[in-house]
Amino acid sequence: MLEIKNLYVRVEGKEILRGLDLKVNAGEVHAIMGPNGSGKSTLANVLAGRSDYEITNGSITYQEKDLTEMSPEIRACEGIFLAFQYPVEIPGVNNIYMLKAALNAIRTYQGKSKLDAIEFLNLVREKLKLVRMKEDLLNRSVNEGFSGGEKKRNEIFQMAVLEPRLAILDETDSGLDIDALKIVAEGVNSLRSRDRAIILVTHYQRLLNYIVPDQVHVLSEGRIVKSGHRELALKLEEKGYEWVKQEADAA
Amino acid sequence: MTSTAVEYYLSAFTQQKGKFIAPWFSDQRRAALDSFQQNGFPALRQENWKYTDVRSITKRNFILTEKGNGSVPKNQINSIRFNELDCHELIFINGHFSSKNSRIGNLPDGVILESLVIACDIHPDMLQKHLGNNANYTIGAFTALNTAFLHDGAMVYIPDDTVLEKPICIFYLSTETKHSFITHPRNLLILGRNAQATVIESYIGIENADYFTNSVTEAVIRAGAKLEHYKIQQESEQSYHIGNFMAQQEKDSRLESHSVSLGGKLVRNDITSNLAQPGASVTLNGLYMARHRQHVDNHTLINHLEPHTKSEEYYRGVLDDHARGVFNGKVIVHENAQKTDAQQSNANLLLSDNAEADTKPELEIYADDVKCSHGATVGQLDKQMLFYLRSRAIEEDKARSLLTYAFAEDVINRIKFVPIRKRLEDLVIGRLPDAALIREFAA
Ligand SMILES: Nc1ncnc2c1ncn2[C@@H]1O[C@H](COP(=O)(O)OP(=O)(O)OP(=O)(O)O)[C@@H](O)[C@H]1O
Ligand SMILES: [Mg+2]
Repeated sequence: MLEIKNLYVRVEGKEILRGLDLKVNAGEVHAIMGPNGSGKSTLANVLAGRSDYEITNGSITYQEKDLTEMSPEIRACEGIFLAFQYPVEIPGVNNIYMLKAALNAIRTYQGKSKLDAIEFLNLVREKLKLVRMKEDLLNRSVNEGFSGGEKKRNEIFQMAVLEPRLAILDETDSGLDIDALKIVAEGVNSLRSRDRAIILVTHYQRLLNYIVPDQVHVLSEGRIVKSGHRELALKLEEKGYEWVKQEADAA
Repeated sequence: MTSTAVEYYLSAFTQQKGKFIAPWFSDQRRAALDSFQQNGFPALRQENWKYTDVRSITKRNFILTEKGNGSVPKNQINSIRFNELDCHELIFINGHFSSKNSRIGNLPDGVILESLVIACDIHPDMLQKHLGNNANYTIGAFTALNTAFLHDGAMVYIPDDTVLEKPICIFYLSTETKHSFITHPRNLLILGRNAQATVIESYIGIENADYFTNSVTEAVIRAGAKLEHYKIQQESEQSYHIGNFMAQQEKDSRLESHSVSLGGKLVRNDITSNLAQPGASVTLNGLYMARHRQHVDNHTLINHLEPHTKSEEYYRGVLDDHARGVFNGKVIVHENAQKTDAQQSNANLLLSDNAEADTKPELEIYADDVKCSHGATVGQLDKQMLFYLRSRAIEEDKARSLLTYAFAEDVINRIKFVPIRKRLEDLVIGRLPDAALIREFAA
């Protein structure tokens, strides 16, 4: 589904990703861990199409297409969804209308009919229940004045409504209480299917207790330096990143 | 030495026919002209006119219109009305009162709502007492010209303790004519003690109409009275608009001014509020949107003259293409005005690299126990917000429109009167691409 080869990305003249390789097949869940500042969010944003991140080398193929050629909105229509590490507040833009516009744009692109008000409302109700989000957040401006946890929950709610093919969750578990964490996990697990893939960026292996990943990667200094299975996450939690770095340097 | 531009108006003055009435006014008229002759038009070197060059106006020979000039089809008139709003309507076409199109409903006892020309016949004392008291011709060239060439306008008088429930809508409609023309609308609004009224001034130009509107509105708001004032400026994009609004506020009076400026090639809006007695308060709320090569300049002046007076000001500008916006908000807290509370903010959104905004808050404080704040910003659409919306499948243009509307909406949302807010919402949305999508959001 997604294949990244030898990716180099520059931000404000600084090389952040340096030869990153990653392959994610449909049906898989990949966890990406790594030290602060190693480039995890950069990768997530590049996948979603942020234009001020300059790709200087390498390729990204998504469903047999060159992803780098697509605008962010086309990527969204093609099924990519990024749950942001720091969801931005957008005063004056209504949360639920944004979501409705998003859903209908995607449906139209995919040749499906738009949902009418009632169908949309039913869908929203169902997904609200799933992520146990307070209904009054719907009619507020996007993320404006939301608590940290509410923002994250809103991202998961959007994800649940939009049902992306490739979901990238950038530290959606950070700052969540244990109940909210379970909800995020349920949201992600309910999305899991043979034709979808999920990338989880996280610092905590506890999330992986609820969402069992197919692969765990360590991103360090702009590259995937180690890949493994669930046990890798446990080992990282226990021992930190230093040994991985040393191993990588030695290689 | 008088410039040719000034000469033009001096000679027009001697030739003007059918001019406004009343012998008692001729002295003021003459004095206004003399003052204009002496001072001429404002120049860029004057601080107050630093950003706005009026030569594009003064080099033009606009002619005065006569009554009956410019006929307007009925459906065009109907399209400018606030159909969703039950109101009293005064309609002026190319500066002249059109009684056949105006609709003045039943009024409470003692309320006067007439065109100035008619009011002059039936309420000469009232007019003589107030006309020109606050909008003095010494204020500047354009107010002087308005006074010298005064031909018509609206008179509103609300007696003490009277609440006028229905709003008053005053429409100044300008049409396409053979010669480009000038009008000098003049409005006089007087609210007695504890009186209340809502007045909407709407300036509308038919597409391609080429003209210059030079309007003056003076308001007296007596103790405990409340005036809600709207100015909706939708002149044609070829036209020029200079508008002065001056309010004199007595004890515990309240003025809410909402100004939305959308049209015009060169526009200058001046608002002055004199908080002349304790407890008087004013809110100035304004939105200006300009595109192509439009130039819109807003100057506001709030005089805190007495203790315990309060002012709040919120102005926002949206500037696209090669447009230029100017905001100058002056607040003077006079020596006597202890316990003044004055807040001001101005924010400008530049939608193009060629658009420009000049903003200048000016606070002059001569009292020591006051609470004053101001803030001014000029910026572009937030990149992160844009990216967020686009990552949610919303196309770039639409995302830009949504964020632009969200910015402008902050001003619109301060309008509590729902039918007017809806109308203005609609006008603002109509100015943006993807209106249909935004309408859905605003619903
Ligand atoms: N817009 C920017 N301008 C300058 N530097 C940037 C910008 N965006 C990211 N960086 C830098 O790129 C590096 C990688 O940042 P990134 O956000 O991808 O790290 P991360 O792995 O997500 O870290 P964390 O675990 O703290 O979220 C950091 O050193 C960061 O300072
Ligand atoms: Mg990060």
